Amino acid sequence: MRLGLFAAVGALVLVVTGAALAAPPNAADLEAEIVCPVCETTLDQSNAPIAEKIKTFIRVRIAAGDSEQEIKDALVAEFGEGVLAQPPGGGFGLLAWLLPLTALVVGAVVVALLVRTWSRRRVAEADENAPLDPELERLVDEELARFDG
Amino acid sequence: MRYRARLAAQGAAIGLVALLFILLAWSLLHDKGGDLSKQANRGERPTAPDFALERLDRDGELQLSSLRGKAVVLNVWASWCIPCKEEAPYLEQVWRSNRGRDLVVLGLDAKDFRADARRFAGRFGLTFPLVYDGPGDAIGDYGVTGFPETFVIDREGRVVRAFAGAVNGENERAELHDAIEDALS
Repeated sequence: MRLGLFAAVGALVLVVTGAALAAPPNAADLEAEIVCPVCETTLDQSNAPIAEKIKTFIRVRIAAGDSEQEIKDALVAEFGEGVLAQPPGGGFGLLAWLLPLTALVVGAVVVALLVRTWSRRRVAEADENAPLDPELERLVDEELARFDG
Repeated sequence: MRYRARLAAQGAAIGLVALLFILLAWSLLHDKGGDLSKQANRGERPTAPDFALERLDRDGELQLSSLRGKAVVLNVWASWCIPCKEEAPYLEQVWRSNRGRDLVVLGLDAKDFRADARRFAGRFGLTFPLVYDGPGDAIGDYGVTGFPETFVIDREGRVVRAFAGAVNGENERAELHDAIEDALS
């Protein structure tokens, strides 16, 4: 029974994944991921002549059965990596992903250190206001009485 | 101890700001931008930034510095640029009428599809050398902000004159003619 259930779920996953892989790329999605080389905005926000040419290129390649990656590769071959709105995950493009993450981690560490320093300072201040040891208080009272006397 | 830590933090912050200022200054100093055109048109003859680009009219690459000793009319164009269509036949005429005079008209197609550029060249019967700069890296060094732009470069590889926009009017064509003579002299 359980084996049958696993088999059914596995088959469903395969069918869904296969369908997703086989689905043709969406032109609108691609237009949001490709940058117009002249106006430096994504294609969906540009009506520059070259942006219109690239949009046509994308539609023609989708109709020809190209995958999203094949279309992006073809555009990079013409216009360079700068045509991709998202930097590539390798080489120099990796920096664009790593730098913000590094900044985030460094920022979190700095905030954590500051919070720790402030909380320690508060504990120290709280200690200053704590009542004295009864023995010390007795000694202080004796000394004060001696001065008063 | 706390004082030292604060001092170190302040030092680091000042260092960071100084570094940003240095980067800004470096960027301003190295940003040729429109300065190249301005310098050329003031008569200062700045050095034309060198490039090696893929040829569109045949296989292989063409390096600008390989044309040293000849005058060059470097025309930056794209197939989607409307004024470029009006200008192309005139540039072909300039190329044909000066071929025996050490003058090279060099078309630099940028931010364009190669196939579109080749169709454009075929449509206008361009026979001068054509190079391709799809990402627009080389034209950035020239401070090109629009299409077309034309740079007249002398035999020593210095920019004599820069034209923003098409060289279509009588005045611009007369100025281009003068610049070519200047570059050849």
